[in-house]
Amino acid sequence: MVNEKYNLKNEIETVREDCLKPTRRWGRSTRIWIGCLLIVISWGLYCYIHQLRAGLGVTAMRNYVSWGLYISTFVFFIGISHSGTLVSAILRITKQEWRRPITRSAELLTWVSLLFGGIMPIIDLGRPDRIANLVIFGRIQSPLMWDIISICTYFVGSSVFLFLPMIPDMALCRDRLSVCDTRFKKFRKWLYTKMAIGWKGTKSQWHRLEKSMTIMTIIIIPVAVSVHTVVSYIFAMTLRPGWNSTVFGPYFVAGALYSGSAGVILGMAAFRKLYHLEKYITPRHFDLMGRLVLALTLIYAYLNLNEYWIPAYKMATAEGHLLRDLFSGSYSTVFWTLQFGTVLLPIIILSIPKGRRPLMLAITCIIIVAGAWVKRYIIVVPTLLHPFMPIQEVPNDWSSYFPNYVEFSITAACLAGIFLVITLFSKLFPMMAVWEVEEGILIEHDKQAAIELRLKREAEEAKTNGEHSGTGTEPIVQPT
Amino acid sequence: MEKDNLENQPNRRNFLKIGLIAGGSIAAGTFAISKILTQDKKTESGIKKTVFTQDGKVFTADQSHLHDYEAPPVSNEEARKGIPNKKFVMVIDEAKCDGCKKCTDACQAMHYTESDREWIKVFKMQDANATAPYFFPKPCFHCDNPPCTKVCPVNATFKRQDGIVLIDNERCIGCRSCMVACPYSTRFFNWSHPKEQPGLADIAYSPERSIPRRMGTVEKCDFCPDMIRQGKMPACVSSCPMDAIYFGDQNEDAVTNGSGVTVKFSQLIEDNAGYRHLEELGTDPRVYYLPPKNRKYPKPDMDAVGKEKNEKKPMDMGDMQMSK
Repeated sequence: MVNEKYNLKNEIETVREDCLKPTRRWGRSTRIWIGCLLIVISWGLYCYIHQLRAGLGVTAMRNYVSWGLYISTFVFFIGISHSGTLVSAILRITKQEWRRPITRSAELLTWVSLLFGGIMPIIDLGRPDRIANLVIFGRIQSPLMWDIISICTYFVGSSVFLFLPMIPDMALCRDRLSVCDTRFKKFRKWLYTKMAIGWKGTKSQWHRLEKSMTIMTIIIIPVAVSVHTVVSYIFAMTLRPGWNSTVFGPYFVAGALYSGSAGVILGMAAFRKLYHLEKYITPRHFDLMGRLVLALTLIYAYLNLNEYWIPAYKMATAEGHLLRDLFSGSYSTVFWTLQFGTVLLPIIILSIPKGRRPLMLAITCIIIVAGAWVKRYIIVVPTLLHPFMPIQEVPNDWSSYFPNYVEFSITAACLAGIFLVITLFSKLFPMMAVWEVEEGILIEHDKQAAIELRLKREAEEAKTNGEHSGTGTEPIVQPT
Repeated sequence: MEKDNLENQPNRRNFLKIGLIAGGSIAAGTFAISKILTQDKKTESGIKKTVFTQDGKVFTADQSHLHDYEAPPVSNEEARKGIPNKKFVMVIDEAKCDGCKKCTDACQAMHYTESDREWIKVFKMQDANATAPYFFPKPCFHCDNPPCTKVCPVNATFKRQDGIVLIDNERCIGCRSCMVACPYSTRFFNWSHPKEQPGLADIAYSPERSIPRRMGTVEKCDFCPDMIRQGKMPACVSSCPMDAIYFGDQNEDAVTNGSGVTVKFSQLIEDNAGYRHLEELGTDPRVYYLPPKNRKYPKPDMDAVGKEKNEKKPMDMGDMQMSK
């Protein structure tokens, strides 16, 4: 018994050390990686300042295509931000034990992509200096206002959702800091102490944490759904062919979940490899997440069918011209590559157990995430190139669109920003919720103990009964 | 005279009369603002005139000292309210339009627009292969159910009680929601620093005037409310040599063309089977069209449009397709 307890303690100790290890070392590769990201970000910043001074005319956007890569990326980033809610909240609410090692990275991905997703429309603004007008003269009737409100709500919510389960881990970091050799010790000490907000691990604190987590889990799901629904409304509330669709809300939510959960898998795969968490994030996790992505891809494929097949059957004037361009016109290559390559192909791969192995799954998820990004572009741009009035006698650059270097640079900087925040986060805080994994071990241990106790009892019973019947009863529960 | 402008709200008769006179001189620079009292010494005429100053004070001066002075722009609140008891409406007769684009030129001259921005644009249209081609001048439709003002997050574009949809470019944040919402591609964005003629940038701004324009904001056809307030016709109406464009007040049921001929609006629509473009969208436009029956001009050359279109882009360019 004593030995067993010792083992358990040892196991928990290993978990703690494994989780905290990456936060203590800033290897050379980390510094190079951060340096590269900073270069990309600086160049993007330079381009943005250029855009601020000279106007949005430095982008490839013109009067017909007045929303381009920025708005597409906005939709894409907001879509990725659905991952955290899904994996974390839904798996929490359904008490899926396997969620434990992946919740933190999922919640972080939500928070970061939401942060940068929210920046995209501001970058797209012609007059960012007048942003206060949104407060001074704000109109609640505008879909853009719904976006702002729901994204802000979701951002606050996901910040809390990320922070709450970090509190016990912050206390752990704080308490362990003195023992280890760490960079920026003073800063860390201050940071961890502040973020642990006086966590001592008392019974009432645990109780309160659990209660608030339950409340947040329930609140965050409808908020997340609302966010992507209203993001779709900035398109669906117009009369434009391709956007004027009642299925747009659920279509965007499904697209967001499909790309977001794939994003979580990419995060899982990266941290597993980089921080040697193979012991915790196992092929089983990939298999289960793969199934989840498969289910979401199927839902997305179904909505895709609705979105295109229904208008394609009718081929109404305005819609017909857009669809002809998508199906057989200048966007047909991209369109069919997206449909077959990033929707149908992942369905096939993920249906095969081998396709859900870590490496194969990660590759599939890269395809899904990249495809989702291009899909946003294909939703935004071709519609704008098919207005109701014919495009006649306009400058050449008005009647076509491909993002130019300014747009690519600024967008790349935002993506680099996401990577940078994730990197810095993972170098400061444990990327797995330590206490949650511990809890999982304890539950597992308790289960094990309960099973053993039951077996013991049954064996004893069999012994006493055996004298009468002569046969021993089989144990009902097999130890796992 | 300023006094006239202040005292008389332009009633219809007045409106038409001045419209007639103003016809030729509109392009000659309504914005050439001169001071009331000139510096150079002119010979005094001896005729004294009593006028009101901007702040409502009575002021007497020799006539030679008084110059034709454009009324100062109305306040932002007034520009948002609109002209009381009016409901402006435009009728464009496709049977009369020969596609000369004089309306576009006059509009661009009056609003100092760059050549690529056609607030009123003359399209060459053909609804189907076998239907008649026609010229289609398209200003802003000033819809009664405007998709653009609905989506504006800051109320920078708004619908007035006189039916006009305007933009306040001092409030616009440049999100371009209105541009993607407008089904008629009516709105233009100032992507870069506006190439303004010297002096224009210092003019007092009013949403009714749309000048000076500002980078990062949206602009479009405004039905020339500053001209209407002076009792003049919008530039496109008075410049049309074919008298194809009528403008007026639906409340008075009267519209007037560039030559000053006033007709009953309802009668005009009824007699000529007037319609509105893309009625099925439900935007309720304030611009009506008369079908191109018994055309007075050669039909537009649609093959040229098709060629030009194909040269620019190999794909479908719009939804009202013109060529094979």
